[in-house]
Amino acid sequence: MNGAPSVLSVRGLSIDYLTRRGPVRAVRDVTFDLAPGETLAIIGESGSGKTTLAVSFIRLSPRSAVVRAGELLYTKGGLTTDIRKLDDDDLREFRWSECAMVFQAALNSFNPVITIWDQFLDTAKAHGMKDERAVRRRADELLDLVHLDPRRVLRAFPHELSGGMKQRVLIAMSLLLDPQILILDEPTTALDILTQRAILDLLRELRGRLGFAMIFISHDLSIAAELADRMITMYAGRIVERASVGDLFYRPRHPYSVGLLRAVPRVSGALGAIESIPGSPPDLIRLPPGCSYAPRCPFAIDACRAAEPPLVAVDTPAHEAACIRWQDVAKVVGDAQRPVAEKLA
Amino acid sequence: MLIELDRVSRAFRTPLGVVKAVDSVSLAFAEREVLCIVGESGCGKTTTGRLLAGLIRPSDGRLLYEGKDVWQTKGADLRKFRKAVQIVHQDPYASLNPTRTVSQTLLAPLLHHGRVRGRRAALGAATDLLERVGLVPAADFLEKYPHQLSGGQRQRVSIARALTVEPRVIVADEAVSMVDVSIRISLLNLLLSLRREFGVTIVLITHDLAVARYFAREGRIAVMYLGRVVELGPTESLVSDPAHPYAEALIAAIPEADPTITRTKERVPLRSADVPSLLDLPIGCTFHPRCPRMEPGLCDLVRPDLTAIPGDREVACHPAVRERTGQKVALAT
Repeated sequence: MNGAPSVLSVRGLSIDYLTRRGPVRAVRDVTFDLAPGETLAIIGESGSGKTTLAVSFIRLSPRSAVVRAGELLYTKGGLTTDIRKLDDDDLREFRWSECAMVFQAALNSFNPVITIWDQFLDTAKAHGMKDERAVRRRADELLDLVHLDPRRVLRAFPHELSGGMKQRVLIAMSLLLDPQILILDEPTTALDILTQRAILDLLRELRGRLGFAMIFISHDLSIAAELADRMITMYAGRIVERASVGDLFYRPRHPYSVGLLRAVPRVSGALGAIESIPGSPPDLIRLPPGCSYAPRCPFAIDACRAAEPPLVAVDTPAHEAACIRWQDVAKVVGDAQRPVAEKLA
Repeated sequence: MLIELDRVSRAFRTPLGVVKAVDSVSLAFAEREVLCIVGESGCGKTTTGRLLAGLIRPSDGRLLYEGKDVWQTKGADLRKFRKAVQIVHQDPYASLNPTRTVSQTLLAPLLHHGRVRGRRAALGAATDLLERVGLVPAADFLEKYPHQLSGGQRQRVSIARALTVEPRVIVADEAVSMVDVSIRISLLNLLLSLRREFGVTIVLITHDLAVARYFAREGRIAVMYLGRVVELGPTESLVSDPAHPYAEALIAAIPEADPTITRTKERVPLRSADVPSLLDLPIGCTFHPRCPRMEPGLCDLVRPDLTAIPGDREVACHPAVRERTGQKVALAT
């Protein structure tokens, strides 16, 4: 995917929430690119800034959120626009038709008193699709694509569908205007295992057929392991590591990524040394000096508390970590293609 | 056995008909045992937990504590059971009274059950409990209201509250599903340390098999499907070699935090993705409409009972029992 112009380019983005206690530094100086057709997973605990970051891409942030700095560049057909500068009409056009989002609380994001068909129609009309028959054809096609029976589903009210069916309908609706980017915030969290499996397989299949790019926001590492090409670890609003999925899972170089990976038990293979991360995420109003992870970090030394470490290339140019001790992390974690919890056992 | 469900069923009346949420479940727990009940939503795992904690009455069958039928006991025996078995709820946001501080939440049961006398002693005990569950310094938490705590901290307060009565059994219902990965493990470890230190029997109810594998690594797992236990056995052998096709399908479907493993895992194809309605359960084995090993004339006619197979395990599946014991299944007449 190298060399391809990115569809989304985030440059130096910083977002604060204004509160009575002072500004909450939710996103700090975030820079990354999303290539066409690429799947990027953003992982981190709650409060790491990952959801704030994701909703900012479609400018759905709450009113208390203020973008302090940065650019959100979207490119299509050689034309680049700054999402932050779109007027209301262009923004509406951008949402859904260029970039669609499937939310965490997705199962409750339907209007409960109208049928699925009316939800499709409302969305289509809001985006200028007036021909009902064309909308119907598209709805049939999309529901087929997500393996649902249009005749049955379009007539139904949301409460008549199971959780997995609702999630499929939402994915189908998000594809209504053929977006280039799909943002999914905890897409399978509330679903049962077999349903979750079906949705993951479906997303993989749709991505293969339609070629859209995806951004996953999840605290569930296994979903990233399933679908991501590249991953970003966020901590206290910053990107602390960026790597290919293989490098992040088998050769993490930031102690926080290592901590997250060690905290996830698996069903296959050896159980390994499962351990939790001590302490809790920092207060985003009063960040600790230097590296914000230092108070919880087993690798921390005095120098870590002196200055916030920059994101630097580690093993390869495509793998970056914001840790001055990454070489020591590398010594402990090693390079073998095995899960971290197993290697540290 | 310390506590035992003996062929317990529980039906609920709904506007659409009677739903049998739990159907003839038998589970027995020894002291300091750890068991995870695993299953998808609607499988009856939460109802089973509530039956075990004596929060709801069985429609059929018995709940035994130290050999006595709990629902036939009164007075001192019933009080003893109530103290001995505590539940830690699924949702720490809903299970703590929002208008009570942590100290009020802990002091009420301490004083009510007479474990300590006087406010000063109770405060001392509450402080000890908070330290025990890792909320230190305890003084910082005593006067906090639930909304001032994080999800993980609330969960710890719930556990501390359960400990006020020195229970012998803790039923934890998805106590870990609402919190972050890193906090989840420390909560699980906290529960396991109670077992180690005080010999508490712990029953964890979860939908996450990976969590169950970690938590019950020295214990057993029970897999439930549509109100019945379909497989029961020591954790590692069940997870590495599931006997029931449903357990096998679940394990094969779980996404794993390892890209190589998760992307090359062999799937178990089910014949149908639809979970039957509890209002209209299939005849025979309730899994047969989805089961890849379904045998017509057997599985769609005869409901399999939980049957012993080698390795201290039990499974409710005709083909699996035949394969693992060599026993022939008699067709019902």
